[in-house]
Amino acid sequence: MAACSVEELLAKAEQEEAEKLKSISVEKELDLEFDVGNLLACDKNRIESRDFRERGKEDFLRSLARDNTQLLINEIWKLPTERNEEVLVAKLPEQTTRLPREKPPPKPRPPTRWEQFAKLKGIQKKKKTNLVWDETAKEWRRRWGYKRANDDTKEWLIEVPGSSDPNEDQFAKRNKAKKERVAKNEFNRLKNIARAMKIKTPGVGLLPKAQQSKDELLKAVSVAKTSTASVGRFQDSLPKEKPPKNSGKKRKFDPLIGDFSSEKQKQLELLQVMGNKTPKLDLTKAVNTQMREEDREEAAARRRKGRKMPGKGGKGKGGKAGGGKGGKGKGGKAGGGKRRGKPGKQ
Amino acid sequence: MRPLTEEETKTMFEKLSKYIGENIKLLVDRPDGTYCFRLHQDRVFYMSEKILKLATNFSRDKLISVGTCFGKFTKTKKFRLHITALDFLAPYAKFKVWVKPGAEQSFLYGNHVLKSGLGRITENTMQYQGVVVYSMADVPLGFGVAAKSTQECRRVDPMSIVVFHQADVGEFIRSEETLT
Repeated sequence: MAACSVEELLAKAEQEEAEKLKSISVEKELDLEFDVGNLLACDKNRIESRDFRERGKEDFLRSLARDNTQLLINEIWKLPTERNEEVLVAKLPEQTTRLPREKPPPKPRPPTRWEQFAKLKGIQKKKKTNLVWDETAKEWRRRWGYKRANDDTKEWLIEVPGSSDPNEDQFAKRNKAKKERVAKNEFNRLKNIARAMKIKTPGVGLLPKAQQSKDELLKAVSVAKTSTASVGRFQDSLPKEKPPKNSGKKRKFDPLIGDFSSEKQKQLELLQVMGNKTPKLDLTKAVNTQMREEDREEAAARRRKGRKMPGKGGKGKGGKAGGGKGGKGKGGKAGGGKRRGKPGKQ
Repeated sequence: MRPLTEEETKTMFEKLSKYIGENIKLLVDRPDGTYCFRLHQDRVFYMSEKILKLATNFSRDKLISVGTCFGKFTKTKKFRLHITALDFLAPYAKFKVWVKPGAEQSFLYGNHVLKSGLGRITENTMQYQGVVVYSMADVPLGFGVAAKSTQECRRVDPMSIVVFHQADVGEFIRSEETLT
């Protein structure tokens, strides 16, 4: 009886071994298509429905998946490998399957006013060179941008034209003209964007909206009130109208020579608040206490060795066992304890 | 010139407290006169009210400096402490570092302080704590940030940095133009 069971056991063990060492090579009619970059394997083999039914669906699917995964892993092993911190890593190639778009493609934006005009007139875009020869600097410079050629704001000498006022600052005039051109360009650019996104921009003042919030209404009221010839000075207020909140300067600073004592008071309060808020640096405290403990232990150990070997004097780190003040020193701000000095440090 | 706003005052006090801790109130509340902080072209100046009243007579573009410049606010509103504040930091400093005579020169040229140049350091200095650097004769040389806590300082090798240089008195010569 024992012999039978031993044989059975051996047979079972052999079978398990065989299953574990299932062959790495897998037989397939058609080769699989691999996209190793995406870790993808496409199996185009026909599935015999007889196999599917007779063996049990779960088992069949599991063995199919196992075979295909084995083939994919074989492919991965064919790639060049490198060792990265004791881990063997294979370098995946480029992905070959093209994934579809996540979002819909962008819509073309409407043409700007200039583009419409150019189309109308048949004006083609002429390709211009990036660099232009600058006669005064005798070198090639950009057509526009930083350090451009022929920059009239950068001239050091401007002749006053006969017709202009002799006290006028020509340099300032050129700078102002440039700023105005820049502002106009920016304005037109923003108008183009608003037209493209179909945002209504107001000519002057506020935009009409379907539902207006309370402060928008208040703002509208104040704008309407000041839109008179005398800027709202002779307009009667409504019965419960409050003066507008943020009219005038957007940022308000304290006066230069205000009340010194109140300023001092505010600063002291601020300091007090800051003082209460700072947390005790627990982590560093813990680290320092730990280090202090270690130092103390080392010193104790050395002293013991020193006592055992009286001939050879130990180094003896400062000797003191140190008061067992387990790290009560406050982190950072208190600074005080001058105990346990190493020679030369305070 | 204008007084500092709440946030600016807060940023500045936080920076100062890294070096002098709660002693800032001794700067704010002085027994010998009313002193105040004012902001002019992004720089913070500390002056008595007498000087302030005199300074109001100058236009903004003509006024270069008033009282002592403590530091300036950068474009991103961070506060940077200048060496000119040393006279006010040194007497109230919480954590001090004394530098050996050999390494003094090196620090004054703008280098960091190595362990080999470290003379003394106050006990309980945390890492990255603001410290004021003195010579062995107790002359304030500048200030910096402790690269290692006092405990660690004891163990590291002599070539490692213990104090990061932030400002030294040599800057009065090196960066004359930018110091106002």
